[in-house]
Amino acid sequence: MSSQWISVIGTSFFCYAFKFLGHSLPASWFNHPRAQRINTYIPIVLLMGLVTVQSFTEKTKLVIDHRAAGIAVAFAALLAKAPFPVVIILAGVSSALVYRFG
Amino acid sequence: MSVKSDSLSVGITVGAFGSAFGAAAIASHYTVAQACALSLLTFSGASQFAVVGVLGAGGSAFSAISTASLLGIRNGLYGVRMAQILQINGIKRIFGAQLTIDESTGVALSQDNEADMKTGFWYTGLGVFIFWNLFTLLGALGANALGNPADWGLDTAIPAIFLGLVWNRLKDKKSWAIAISALAMALALTPFAPAGVPIMATVILAVILGWRE
Repeated sequence: MSSQWISVIGTSFFCYAFKFLGHSLPASWFNHPRAQRINTYIPIVLLMGLVTVQSFTEKTKLVIDHRAAGIAVAFAALLAKAPFPVVIILAGVSSALVYRFG
Repeated sequence: MSVKSDSLSVGITVGAFGSAFGAAAIASHYTVAQACALSLLTFSGASQFAVVGVLGAGGSAFSAISTASLLGIRNGLYGVRMAQILQINGIKRIFGAQLTIDESTGVALSQDNEADMKTGFWYTGLGVFIFWNLFTLLGALGANALGNPADWGLDTAIPAIFLGLVWNRLKDKKSWAIAISALAMALALTPFAPAGVPIMATVILAVILGWRE
């Protein structure tokens, strides 16, 4: 089996297991403030880790290329409170322009 | 607006982003069938983008699955909250669990009575599910026809989506500090760790910083 299929099945299994367990376990197990804080922070660090790795790295090297330009535009657009679809399109277009003509 | 039309507009808007996921999956060397399987079976945008992103960047299946699954933990916590409102069992719980995502929970919890909460959950969850899967297929087929993802900025649109997703969670100084620490840690680990590991390793930050207030 390809690693793509393994990743599809593994991710689907664990993501569904978490959803189903949440619906099935007693709520009192999850009320601890420490668990709540960690749960709030996990998406922040993982999403930021993904942004970083996909914008500024290539395999095991740090690189500044068209992707850094695009993500800088996305950051500026978010600061300017642009709507989500506009942010994504601006990032993609500016990245593509730098890639082709940069 | 009524809770039903609110739910439906969320479903269509969020669902349309399925096309970005379909395209991202193809750009990361997944097939159309694999992209569609992820949208049907995983059905959680951040986890789906993460798994194809990590594997596509040369990470192992293990780090791809770990990163995506850790991102899925929050749906479990939404499930804890929604179970108290929905009171569902058997087959309804099996399907209701799958529909427990950011948007269905968000719309449900923003209602002011229990009947609207239930309606909001089911309409938003089903709406996003239908359109997300439909647009995944369209995006994957479209991207197959496009060619090199960098020509179209797709390789940057994906981290921009992650940036947009984290943006809503940056509400105070502490969350900004956590985000910047995660950025620094991922950069610092990249030259030394196998692809995918620097992302997973940031979870240590969440645990350390969340341990005490």
